[in-house]
Amino acid sequence: MNQTLSKKLVLTLLAWFIALVVFFPIFWMILTSFKTEGEAVATPPSLFFDPTLAGYHEVMARADYVKFALNSVIVSVGSTLLALLVAVPAAYSMAFLPTPRTRGTLLWMLSTKMLPPVGVLMPIYLIFRDLGLLDSLTGLTIVYMLMNLPIVVWMLYTFFKDVPRDILEAGRMDGAGTLQEVLYLLMPLTLPGIASTGLLSVILSWNEAFWSLNLTTSDAAPLTAFIASFSSPEGLFWAKLSAASTMAIAPILILGWMTQKQMVRGLTFGAVK
Amino acid sequence: MRDRASGRTVGGMRTLFLQAPAVSMLLLWMLVPLGMTLWFSFQRYNLLNPMISGFAGLDNYTYLLTDPALWTAMGNTLLLVGWVLAITVVGGTLLAVLFQQEFFGRGIARLLVIAPFFVMPTVSALIWKNMMMHPVNGVLAWLFNLFGFHAVDWFSSLPLTSIVIIVSWEWLPFALLILLTAIQSLDDDQVEAARMDGAGPIAIFWFITLPHLKRAISVVIMIEMIFLLTIFAEIFVTTSGGPGLASTNLAYLIYIRALLDFDVGGASAGGVIAIILANIVAIFLVRTVAKNLET
Amino acid sequence: MRLQHAIIPLAGAMALASVSANAETITVATVNNNDMIIMQGLTDEFEKAHPDIKLDWVVLEENVLRQRLTTDIATDGGQFDVMTIGTYEVPIWAKQGWLTQLDNLPEDYDKADILKPIRDGLSHDGSLYALPFYGESSMMYYRKDLFDKAGIEVPEQPTWDEVHDWASKVNDPDNGVYGICLRGKPGWGENMAFLSTLVNTYGGRWFDEDWHPEIDSPAWHKAVNFYVDLMNNYGPPGATSNGFNENQALFSSGKCGMWVDATSAAGRIYNPDESKVADELGFAPAPIAETPKGSHWLWSWALAIPKSSHAKDAAQTFITWATSKDYVKLVGEKKGWTSVPPGTRESTYQNANYQKAAPFADFVLKAIQTADPTDPSAKPVPYTGVQYADIPEFQAIGTQVGQMIAAALAGQRSVDQALSAAQRAADRTMRQAGYY
Repeated sequence: MNQTLSKKLVLTLLAWFIALVVFFPIFWMILTSFKTEGEAVATPPSLFFDPTLAGYHEVMARADYVKFALNSVIVSVGSTLLALLVAVPAAYSMAFLPTPRTRGTLLWMLSTKMLPPVGVLMPIYLIFRDLGLLDSLTGLTIVYMLMNLPIVVWMLYTFFKDVPRDILEAGRMDGAGTLQEVLYLLMPLTLPGIASTGLLSVILSWNEAFWSLNLTTSDAAPLTAFIASFSSPEGLFWAKLSAASTMAIAPILILGWMTQKQMVRGLTFGAVK
Repeated sequence: MRDRASGRTVGGMRTLFLQAPAVSMLLLWMLVPLGMTLWFSFQRYNLLNPMISGFAGLDNYTYLLTDPALWTAMGNTLLLVGWVLAITVVGGTLLAVLFQQEFFGRGIARLLVIAPFFVMPTVSALIWKNMMMHPVNGVLAWLFNLFGFHAVDWFSSLPLTSIVIIVSWEWLPFALLILLTAIQSLDDDQVEAARMDGAGPIAIFWFITLPHLKRAISVVIMIEMIFLLTIFAEIFVTTSGGPGLASTNLAYLIYIRALLDFDVGGASAGGVIAIILANIVAIFLVRTVAKNLET
Repeated sequence: MRLQHAIIPLAGAMALASVSANAETITVATVNNNDMIIMQGLTDEFEKAHPDIKLDWVVLEENVLRQRLTTDIATDGGQFDVMTIGTYEVPIWAKQGWLTQLDNLPEDYDKADILKPIRDGLSHDGSLYALPFYGESSMMYYRKDLFDKAGIEVPEQPTWDEVHDWASKVNDPDNGVYGICLRGKPGWGENMAFLSTLVNTYGGRWFDEDWHPEIDSPAWHKAVNFYVDLMNNYGPPGATSNGFNENQALFSSGKCGMWVDATSAAGRIYNPDESKVADELGFAPAPIAETPKGSHWLWSWALAIPKSSHAKDAAQTFITWATSKDYVKLVGEKKGWTSVPPGTRESTYQNANYQKAAPFADFVLKAIQTADPTDPSAKPVPYTGVQYADIPEFQAIGTQVGQMIAAALAGQRSVDQALSAAQRAADRTMRQAGYY
């Protein structure tokens, strides 16, 4: 009994030490955001200080955080929903109606993601200009959907593949069409997997910083553009930058933490069982 | 056309119909820009100088392929991918085993350790550059001084290492999350039986846990590789590819051509080479990894 | 006069009623430098004075901004109505026909008041294409307290050899003071802006008369060796990531004995709210070596209207406001006279308030007036520009050379290796662009 307790204590110490080390940069950033600019660069670093909201005030005065945040929400959620809409049928057919080309198609989809976006910036910029999609939420949503589609299809495919075929067969016997089959049999069964795929896609879209910077100006600019206006300006800027960064990552960090269990459940169900 | 379609099984028809949206969209997304990139790569096209124009033949390619920077960048790309994969997979596996154990405050400790994955790459790079690795004001410099060492000038003396550290920090939580999930599905009876047979913890880890994680590790490698091949923001924010070319990867080299030199022709040629490289890697690695995913 | 007074508010009210519904919105793209942040902060003042125009701001860091603007203007994207660009871009872009000519400026704008070198820098074929928001040259800042302690007298025109000597005397890393801070972050607008002036004053140049790069010439070797040696011995650690902003942060937090950089920093490091060393600040002209020619640069951030703008009139109303004498006065009254955008107008330097608040004013004015982009080197050159050459290819070359020199500074290559690699890269670029 005692031995297990001491073992548990050692484990606790070790695990917490690692957790704190890994989390430290984020903690430090949040801490810095409540400092004055002077304290932010003080050596040795100050751990105890009078917290101030000056950094936040200054950030809020300079940029309309709510607008940026709202754009981020619209674009990441919108692109995720669209991607799921397109990916569910595709993954369904790959999992249940495989052809010899399925694997090739899947790998090809994934390989489209390995091209550095900057390599195709100019063509996309020209196309967007001609279609009037520059600085539009629609345009950015479409880009993000396409960006995440390969991953979404692939993850859904791995989840679907694990659904016992006889369940679907039984449904088919009862005369369910493809649509009913997907909606009433497959979706409920794989909901955790679909949810965790969707969450991953939301996170990736939220954090994307290349297309968002290059395809938007003001109307559709999300939080990554908000950060770009605070990085490396003149003078002392670490407290302001920390405040802006904290504001930019807070929503997605909280979402990630809240849904962590959900994500884990989804992933257990599928890809990594 | 119609004959062929009707001659097929109903399944084939449905496959076509169901996959059509995803495949055709990705095809468009892939082929239209790709086609334009290919076209540009044979043109003289500099954004800043419209006077230079016309067919360039293979000039852009010979210019790029004779550029010593290209080979450095390819090497750096592979080093970056390799090291980060190694660190995150090994570290992720070990951490997964650790965080699977019972200990006090496990739930919260887990939340803390997965947090970096949710942070925007730009922000992580900014935190590390300005607050952690800064040679004068950084926390690491302060720690090093505290223990009597000289502060390391991270981004100029160990540029690629610094990038590897930052990127690993971002992706370690992802590996941990996936592997932790996988470990939880490990059959306790099997472990118990092995222990009864006198297997030590290391043997259990090596012969039971690790094989069980094979598929999950493949998933981690596959997803990470897709993102690691095109790492950009971390380099852009911290080292700008330098000093010299020490931390320039292929994505950053193309960025230099496209958006610092504004040489669209040259950048497009770089893009085409990146696609070829990506496909080689895809065929070579993804297929070996993908084998683990079937079963 | 009386009548007008009565009518204007009325007309104004009517205009307000009819226009506010469809007020024209102009998108202003600018750098996140302090002076521009102040401008953004004064949006309300502008919109109050011009109720029919609304301002939409896109504020980005310099590198991102430059790539965004160039992509947009070269592809005719039409995303911006006002662009913040520099003396490097203006003549090149004007030549391409991308910018709106600014010939019909209002009478009271007083174009002649703009400092001549700046005005010339923003013109192409005798017409103005951008209005200067602020202008700068380079000069030397030093810590009087440290210099007094070391018994150093700074002459009217310091030389680089003296600077080397002083750096060794004030260098005190154990107490967190480094002898000298200089730019090391690679980039044509970062380390190369400074290094170009150093090379110039050592008698070197970017290109010979036939556009062949001269980066492996003896003058370049001498200058870069001097720089690397100076920084390795008396510079702060991590110098390869220090650009203008990082150095300003270092200097104003008291970590540098000397700093040679943009004159536009003077207002901020002299402002006790932003700088710990405001009381101890000394100024001197940029040091020279073998020739005074090209020893200090000339730059201006200016506001231009792209041809692709859909609201050119409103945009012009805005840029004339933001670069006017009244704007300077507005900032002086609202934010204090040291925060006034410097280096653009004679009238600013004649203003008694400014002279009182900014003891460095004369230094700055003299530096700007003596910088001559048309004659930057002891040898003849085919290009214009002190710290750059006004050809589109220069960005590429400057960036590559900057990377190589950063590698030399970091000790990854020798100076010889770095310069010959830089020379090869520059030669490739010029050849590919068809100069020879």
